[in-house]
Amino acid sequence: MTSETGTGFLELSHVQKRFGTFTAVEDFDLSAHRGEFVSFLGPSGCGKTTTLRMIAGFEHPDTGTIRVGGKDVTGLPPNKRNVGMVFQAYALFPNMTVADNVGFGMRIKKQPKSVIQKRVGELLELINMPEKADRYPYQLSGGQQQRVALARALAIEPQVLLLDEPLSALDAKIRVALRHEIREIQRQLGITTVYVTHDQEEALELSDRVVVMSAGRMEQVGTPFEIYNFPATAFVASFVGTLNAVEARIADAGDRRLTLAGSQITTASDVSGSAGELVTVAIRPEMITFDGTGTGDGHNRLAATVDDVAFLGAVVRVRTKLGDGTSISVDTFNNPNLAVPEAGSPVILRFPPQACLVLARDAVPDETDALAAAEAML
Amino acid sequence: MRRRRGRVAWWLVFLIGVLYFVLPLYATFVFSLKAKPAFSAYADALSDPLFAQSLGYSMVVGIVTIFASLALIVPTAYWVQLRVPRARSLVEFVTLLPFVIPAVVLVFGLIRVYSRPPLPFTHTDLGSTFLLVAGYVVLSLPYMYRAVDAGLRAIDIRSLTEAAQSMGAGWITIILRIILPNLRVALLSGAFLTLAIVVGEFTIASFLARPAFGPYLNLLSGYEVYQPAAVALISFGLTWLAMIAIAVIGRGTRVRVQIGGAR
Repeated sequence: MTSETGTGFLELSHVQKRFGTFTAVEDFDLSAHRGEFVSFLGPSGCGKTTTLRMIAGFEHPDTGTIRVGGKDVTGLPPNKRNVGMVFQAYALFPNMTVADNVGFGMRIKKQPKSVIQKRVGELLELINMPEKADRYPYQLSGGQQQRVALARALAIEPQVLLLDEPLSALDAKIRVALRHEIREIQRQLGITTVYVTHDQEEALELSDRVVVMSAGRMEQVGTPFEIYNFPATAFVASFVGTLNAVEARIADAGDRRLTLAGSQITTASDVSGSAGELVTVAIRPEMITFDGTGTGDGHNRLAATVDDVAFLGAVVRVRTKLGDGTSISVDTFNNPNLAVPEAGSPVILRFPPQACLVLARDAVPDETDALAAAEAML
Repeated sequence: MRRRRGRVAWWLVFLIGVLYFVLPLYATFVFSLKAKPAFSAYADALSDPLFAQSLGYSMVVGIVTIFASLALIVPTAYWVQLRVPRARSLVEFVTLLPFVIPAVVLVFGLIRVYSRPPLPFTHTDLGSTFLLVAGYVVLSLPYMYRAVDAGLRAIDIRSLTEAAQSMGAGWITIILRIILPNLRVALLSGAFLTLAIVVGEFTIASFLARPAFGPYLNLLSGYEVYQPAAVALISFGLTWLAMIAIAVIGRGTRVRVQIGGAR
């Protein structure tokens, strides 16, 4: 959550937005370099869309500045900003053909007909729909409509491309295919892009950097690798990926030793607090293995009982219970030779200290707050 | 069995509806034929120059009213829906006032205010016609606003507006090139109702002493027996023709859409 200013192509500094008494976005700082793909990730009502809309100019920040390409655009109306926007609901103009939709922004800018025609043709090639130029939006599938919307946003050669949950209204399969397409086009054009989503998979796959947001605040900014492997707060850990969040007590802060369900475990993260104090510990399910053999390798080991086994396709998720009833999930990659433990059987959970993260206790996520906030906005 | 009964009920309702609409027209037609020789009432009606003049006047006033009403209501309804949705019920209430306030009250108000300086509109023909159009715009409010509002609700105007804005479009461009074309059907129904009201309207036209069709028909029934019935039927037919014309002109783009679709 460092405040970087003065270097980026798209810069937001100390941006704040309130709706009445509700704070939608609080002290938002971001500096994205030219060509970077940044995602805003968080639950509904966390302020990610509001922030995007402030970059587009549909909302005006109460305080703070927004700069694009070194120019302060904070006070500019949306039609003077030169940003491309793609909406969740496609928002194609129903009265215009695909070609007219794509060319709309260029016609507004009074570019010559021949130029418009040429660029529209190129963009339709880019989205693989050259044969659909004369179709109307209602004749296209959702995925096709969203590709046209993308081409339309790109037609004006925007300085920044903004995508507001562009894939949320689509089927799972098309969603994944279009995700790749968006990323490919973005790389090809090298356009600075901000992508809003509540889908962690999308954010992790697409982005150079992810901004995780909750209740109007930035929880963490980092590469997908950092976000997933080193969540800064309990919220990030729980929102990104699946996670076992369990309570443990500090045994020895200096030695990074904790007590969990009567057993001692070590963690790789710093521990602060006095012995006996409660902390929240995050353990990724895929970092745990069943391995009762051997000791002294520095790994943590916990005795547990298998509760049930869920087959999720590529992954098999085994839910286990520790001696004190604490529930811990273990994910294993599926393979035909996999020996899946049976329900009720005792197992030993083995995980390295690096898989065990101590989280800040102040930032426990509160879904109900976020939902109430989202409702207040509407 | 049940289905058949439903069908019978459906036809019964339909038949009652048809009778309700057609019987008065048919009765008027039968009455108009009593003039001897047959159809002489129609010949008389058509040969009276005042008939064409007054109907033409009312049609022109109707069309001007439609455009004035659209120019007032489309931006208003659009803005209310986009920016001040909380004011919608208030605006709806205001547009319903013509149902509550009689036309007589409206026209006396107009005459009182606009028959003296600084705005002596009633002193000239053009001024009076202007007042007439203004009065008709008020009468058309409930129909026009409802039609436009329903049309606006049917499309995602917020996203469309923002999409157009992000591509550099200003408000006038958005209304003319995005909002209006997508409201076509809604605007047509509003226009039909407005035209129908204006052509038959009597009170305001009469008090403003305008050579409109309503006062003409009223005057005619004072000294002719069969001719007014004929005039009413002819005007009815012409109004329908005008509506069909509006529909054909208005639906031009839609037809193109369908052709584009078939390719």
